[in-house]
Amino acid sequence: MGDSSHNGPIIELRSVSKRFGPLRVLDQINLSLNLGQTTVVIGESGTGKSVLLKHIVGLLRPDSGEVFFHGKRIDRRSEQELVEIRRHIGFLFQMGALFDSMSVAENIGFPVLEHTKCTQEELDRIIAEKLRMVGLEGLQSRRPSELSGGQRKRVALARAIALDPEVVLYDEPTTGLDPVRADVINELILKLKRELQVTSIVVTHDMASAFKVADRIVMLHKGKFIADGSPEWYKTSDDTDVRRFVDGRAAPQDLEALNVQIEDLTK
Amino acid sequence: MTNDLTTTSAIARSDGHWARTRRAVDRFGDFWIFAGQTAWWMLRGSLLPQNWRLLVPQLYEVGYRSLPVILITGAFVGMVLAVQAIEQFRAVGLEERMGAVVNLSVVRELGPVLAGIMLAGRIGGALTAELGTMSVTEQIDALRSMGVNPIRYLVAPRVLACFLLTPTLTLFADFTGALGGWFVSVIQSGIDSGPYWEYTREAVENFDLFSGILKGFFFGAALGLISCYKGFHCRAGAEGVGRACTEAFVTSFIAILILDYVLAVILQQISEHFWGFRSLL
Ligand SMILES: Nc1ncnc2c1ncn2[C@@H]1O[C@H](COP(=O)(O)OP(=O)(O)OP(=O)(O)O)[C@@H](O)[C@H]1O
Ligand SMILES: [Mg+2]
Repeated sequence: MGDSSHNGPIIELRSVSKRFGPLRVLDQINLSLNLGQTTVVIGESGTGKSVLLKHIVGLLRPDSGEVFFHGKRIDRRSEQELVEIRRHIGFLFQMGALFDSMSVAENIGFPVLEHTKCTQEELDRIIAEKLRMVGLEGLQSRRPSELSGGQRKRVALARAIALDPEVVLYDEPTTGLDPVRADVINELILKLKRELQVTSIVVTHDMASAFKVADRIVMLHKGKFIADGSPEWYKTSDDTDVRRFVDGRAAPQDLEALNVQIEDLTK
Repeated sequence: MTNDLTTTSAIARSDGHWARTRRAVDRFGDFWIFAGQTAWWMLRGSLLPQNWRLLVPQLYEVGYRSLPVILITGAFVGMVLAVQAIEQFRAVGLEERMGAVVNLSVVRELGPVLAGIMLAGRIGGALTAELGTMSVTEQIDALRSMGVNPIRYLVAPRVLACFLLTPTLTLFADFTGALGGWFVSVIQSGIDSGPYWEYTREAVENFDLFSGILKGFFFGAALGLISCYKGFHCRAGAEGVGRACTEAFVTSFIAILILDYVLAVILQQISEHFWGFRSLL
């Protein structure tokens, strides 16, 4: 798969900036991902983690900066030229983004049918296998509207990995799952990395998951990476922003805001 | 001081106007790019058999499921026309020529325009809501992320179905319109059926039928493109989808009327050039 002649990072972002109107979401971001490495991106809600992922598959284009896949620049390519790259990248959307006019099986089989010529039996086998991997065997004929939020997410994950991509971008894979299911997904991420050398980015708020799957954790804050290190480093770091996020403690100014409101109410 | 404030807000306001105008122009440009890409994929897609299976459900939805509403619209338009006209014709003793006026109006104007408007409401609204919901739930991004062009996969088959079936449905509306006119004139008001159809045959040329169908193609393409475009560029949330549907309908409606005017002028020129002035009475 891909381009074997290139030995550098699989994916590289060079000073990527993005703004929506006056809102500066990404500010000169640099990031490179090496083969088989799992990078976890953490950061508070609304900092631009999903926006970051969308730049990697060309769903969003940077205002300035460059995006490389296997050493080739992709951020200026047309949609048609991106097809070849996108089939090697699996994207799990934060909300799942399942096609609600299709059954679970059709959803998972969709990328396979679009990009390969395979028989019905092979297709059924792939669908069953991916469903088993996410712990949902036998749900082939259900509609997305008949699934729970967590089930939908897992079907979306099965669809993202249906073509055995070399890169998988997970946008909050464990959000909305019970702790046991969440751990099954962690194991799945590890298994894909171990067995298929999948390179991945995991966006998450779930620190247990982050510590379990990460080779490297980067923290996005106000458009920049403010921390970059191994899981061990995060466990011991004494940077206030990092500690607060990792330990899940509210910032003093947020608490103050709450106090003011409550005082107003009791007056 | 106050002076300063008023000038600043005036500048801000004029800047707002300017920005809004520029956005409108941008959107108009976007629309034509969208239309061009759709046309390209309609052509290319129709050459690839694997795309045909995308078209069939759309043909069913646009064609078969719209048929009842189109038949009813056509019939009542013919009937109402006849009811309105008959007194006047009777007053001048020309009631046998009713068929000419009623059928010509139906075939040239009312059939295609009302079929177009009914479809803009029935199909346009549904298309905008469907694509709008897909857009706000990131399903369109999901298609793109899987390397599937949403214009090829979603838009081209829908617009093609509208393009092909609006003229077809126009013919059905023409048919029931003629039937409705005949019912009121001949059955209810006792006009002789022989001369009624004789005058119709004299008045309604193949060219009139052709111009009605030609209009159908234009109206179908316009309502399909506008509805899909509005769905694609829908704002987030249920309110965004609702607003996109309303805008799609209103825009399609106006586009159909404008196209109708432009085509009427052009077709009139052509008709006069080849056949000269034709009198109905
Ligand atoms: N298409 C868009 N148009 C305008 N603004 C956008 C768009 N997409 C994202 N944003 C804005 O960019 C910011 C970052 O959004 P993003 O979805 O990346 O956040 P996030 O870090 O993924 O948050 P969460 O953890 O809640 O998912 C938000 O303030 C959002 O409002
Ligand atoms: Mg997000």
